[in-house]
Amino acid sequence: MNIPTELRYTPEHEWIRADGDLGTVGITDYAQDQLGDIVYLDLPATGSTLEQGGKLGEIESVKAVSDLYAPVSGEVIEVNEDAVDEPEAINNDPYGRGWLIRIRLSNPPQLDKLLTGEEYDEHITREMEENTD
Amino acid sequence: MPLNKLALNRLHEQLGARFAPFAGWSMPVQYAGIVEEHMSVRERAGVFDVSHMGRLYVSGPGAASTLRRAVTYKVDDLEPGEAHYALMCDEHGAILDDIFVYRLEAERYLVINNAANVDAGREQVQRAIEGDVAIDDQQGETAILATQGPQAREMVARVTGLNALLGLRPRQCVEVDYRGQKLFAARTGYTGEDGFELVVAYHVAEDLLPALIEAGVAPCGLGARDTLRLEAALPLYGNDIETTTTPWEAGLGFAVTLDDGKDFLGKAALVSSKEAPFDRTLTCIQATERGIMRHGCPVLHGGEAVASMTSGSYSPLLSASIGMAYLPVELAQPGTELQVDVRGKHLNATVVPRPFYRRKKDS
Repeated sequence: MNIPTELRYTPEHEWIRADGDLGTVGITDYAQDQLGDIVYLDLPATGSTLEQGGKLGEIESVKAVSDLYAPVSGEVIEVNEDAVDEPEAINNDPYGRGWLIRIRLSNPPQLDKLLTGEEYDEHITREMEENTD
Repeated sequence: MPLNKLALNRLHEQLGARFAPFAGWSMPVQYAGIVEEHMSVRERAGVFDVSHMGRLYVSGPGAASTLRRAVTYKVDDLEPGEAHYALMCDEHGAILDDIFVYRLEAERYLVINNAANVDAGREQVQRAIEGDVAIDDQQGETAILATQGPQAREMVARVTGLNALLGLRPRQCVEVDYRGQKLFAARTGYTGEDGFELVVAYHVAEDLLPALIEAGVAPCGLGARDTLRLEAALPLYGNDIETTTTPWEAGLGFAVTLDDGKDFLGKAALVSSKEAPFDRTLTCIQATERGIMRHGCPVLHGGEAVASMTSGSYSPLLSASIGMAYLPVELAQPGTELQVDVRGKHLNATVVPRPFYRRKKDS
């Protein structure tokens, strides 16, 4: 499972790539793999405000729907319309072309509360072990 | 209760299957991915291990009359080597299961029913027993491999060397010797495609499944099976048909014979439900905008809830959400505009002809 070390993660499988007070958000390789073929994305409009841990939107694969959560608080400044048009980009390139939104962080220190790559790796390892029980 | 595992479970693990519980079984849901598996079946061939399904061998001099009393279709009228879809109903006409009945010989039948209804099916046959009948459940000894797709029959014949199978016409079945065991093949399925459903001893299936995959048949899970059957508008018991639905409103009149002068469980009730005008009908609905309709979503017309979706998913062929619902008959005309409430969001949708997908028949 691909877990880039320069990103920060939520236990709900979102990632954020932060640069100053700007961040790009997506879902992890593990999450896209668990979901299977992604066929629909419901993302907030540009300009909307998100609260850390609040619902960001919905993502649907053929078999199920999942909620997306905001890794940090801030304002949505861009939505990846290409991913909305072709959600399989998330399956094919979850950390690249399959990004979801760009956000202006209102409280950048919130990033420190998120998981590092190493911590996220441990988190999904535990989750996988629970699933096979 | 621990889940039952398929006899070929380890093989599915090696093939990279994801598993999920279904009707008490740990079942492969997907391998390469639902969309890819779905398109393999539509374009080439796929194979499903559906060994969780019930199989009931009913034999003896009373087999034909017993099964006629147990099911809605005139299965006593089938020729040996013929099969037909049928329903099992209780005396109130409530649908207990939908099944396939295969007449193997004059005095021997195979009934394949849904995994969740294995016991109900056996009890139904027991209730209907007339004359000298033996009921044999070989669930533990055999596997069911459903091969489906335009190239499925040819692939099965090539891999097994059983070219005689290619002579089967739709809904025909045969038992042949294969590697010292009995192999049952029927030209039936649940995907809207051509193909063979095979019942074989599981240690034969252990070699046959990898050989089919080696030949290019895609391993497919329950996920693709559901999207395939939905495109073909084949009802799923427990969703689209259940005890509260009638065969008439479900569009399953072809599975019910009322005019052969024979009695069966539920007949009187079905005669009256057929005479009463039915006010709703199982209808195909396609979303006209993005979003996925699911089982249970309310269907709205002019702002009012008129039904709820009995099935809903994504059609890989149409790249849109599709589903079915029992709509009031006056709204069931193709072109009727509807909204479907998907977790509070109203999705535009339209009634389309049933089924969503029909294969081009070549023979």
